[in-house]
Amino acid sequence: MIGDIFAWLGDMENSKPLALILFFSAFVGIILYVYTGKRRKQRLESYKDIPFMEDDELDPTRQKKQQVKKDESTNGK
Amino acid sequence: MSTNAVPVATEQYNYGIVKKFAIMAMIWGVLGMLAGVYIASELAWPFLNFNIAEITFGRLRPVHTTLVIFGFGGSALFATSYYIVQRTCQARLWGGRLLPELTFWGWQLALVLGVITYMAGYTQGREYAEFVWPIDLLITVVWVIYFAVFAMTLVKRSQPHIYVANWFFMAFILATALLHIFNNLQVPVAWNSLESYSLFAGVQDAMTQWWYGHNAVGFFLTAAFLGMMYYFVPKQAGRPIYSYRLSIVHFWALSFLYMWVGAHHLHWTALPDWVSTLAATFSILLLLPSWGGMINGIMTLSGAWEKLRTDPIMLFLITALAFYGMSTFEGPMMSLKSVNALSHYTDWTVGHVHSGALGWVAMITIGSFYHLIPRLWGTTLYSTKLVFVHFWLATIGVVLYIVALWVAGIGQGLMLRAFDQYGNLAYTFIETVTFMHIPYVVRAIGGAFFLSGMLLMSYNLYMTISGARQSASTEGRDAVAAAAR
Repeated sequence: MIGDIFAWLGDMENSKPLALILFFSAFVGIILYVYTGKRRKQRLESYKDIPFMEDDELDPTRQKKQQVKKDESTNGK
Repeated sequence: MSTNAVPVATEQYNYGIVKKFAIMAMIWGVLGMLAGVYIASELAWPFLNFNIAEITFGRLRPVHTTLVIFGFGGSALFATSYYIVQRTCQARLWGGRLLPELTFWGWQLALVLGVITYMAGYTQGREYAEFVWPIDLLITVVWVIYFAVFAMTLVKRSQPHIYVANWFFMAFILATALLHIFNNLQVPVAWNSLESYSLFAGVQDAMTQWWYGHNAVGFFLTAAFLGMMYYFVPKQAGRPIYSYRLSIVHFWALSFLYMWVGAHHLHWTALPDWVSTLAATFSILLLLPSWGGMINGIMTLSGAWEKLRTDPIMLFLITALAFYGMSTFEGPMMSLKSVNALSHYTDWTVGHVHSGALGWVAMITIGSFYHLIPRLWGTTLYSTKLVFVHFWLATIGVVLYIVALWVAGIGQGLMLRAFDQYGNLAYTFIETVTFMHIPYVVRAIGGAFFLSGMLLMSYNLYMTISGARQSASTEGRDAVAAAAR
């Protein structure tokens, strides 16, 4: 049985379309994961601030925007 | 004469190892580029060989490539990856003092041994992997330690999410391990000999070598430097990366696609045609993540473009991204079989490599170092004006270099393919060499421009560091005096 599977996979005419389906599905899956869901979008985009966690090197306009965001989320609670 | 207010580096992190690698990156960078300018000059003026075997093109060329790729680029990657992983994970480097130090001394030893053996005439004869087998073993040990240090630092992080720059570094470490091991599977002639035979033969050997060769470009010279970009561009701009989600797609698409494209170096050879076509197809696909990443980096400055007028470090970083975009357009174009029939075996390829190596790799490193080094020593940069001068020297140097080799390469390709009305070759080989003399001179001048910029940078950074040391010792003396009172 396992031998049959390997023999089937060993045939390039089978393994090439199979690889295409697997990799393309993975790619579409990643795109869907990354670009769908409002909360996921917010969570993923929040990671972009990681390099700035330890210092105040954000430029002033950006700092102001972040402060407004922070205030909004505090008021929302 | 100074720029950028800088927070003092804390002892929370292991910055000692970052400093060491950064300094060695600069030293190897200058030496490697000096070797490059010298061999470029040898091609233009062959008398520079002086009939000394050790300094002929064949021996100095791997010295140049090894020192700029592994000495300058490699040491810069060790420095920045160790810095970034600590800062973004908020964790001190794993492995205590010993393991990171072992990576430093092991890596430097491999480079020194490499230079000595190349000049003595020992080489494995594999492009970008010329180290003889005992040095390959040393590199393997160093790399395993590097992997352990980096991975374990990620494991003990305080920050729940692993920042995307670290993904790129991890891909670079894993892929390089894989590539290094399989490309260097050699059978030594004897245990006490530096000579060896490849485990593979014929077209499989060529395939293995270019699977390594192009992925060295893909993972060593691209993915890892993208890790650098994803940290230092936002930091210098003072704004987060344009789109974090785009960086995720960039990472997965780039990591997946690069692995397949090596065979485009072997078009029109004994390689099966379908492999060649597959490589060309994936090379074209690679344009999308490459440009996605470039756009992501450049758009980080969206709304703050004025920084390009006032901040030469930002100029370096954004120009590096522009060159990244240009060379990742040129690369897929050259991978098309019809274009490759003209470009392959000509100096166009060498020009393409240097638009990536100087324009992208070196410039992103230079920009990152101008940002990083003052912060490591808790000081400000000695001179911003010198950074501006460096920027123009580097940019003019790269442009001279690549334009000269476009002319040389495309002209050479056309001459090699030209036939007369009887079907005979229209030009002799020596006529193509004569044609390339002027472009070779311009190329050497371009390289000299770039090298002079590196020397200026070394001076600027030396003054920055020595200024920091002086002020630290003055502060120390003041503190002792105050305590004595």
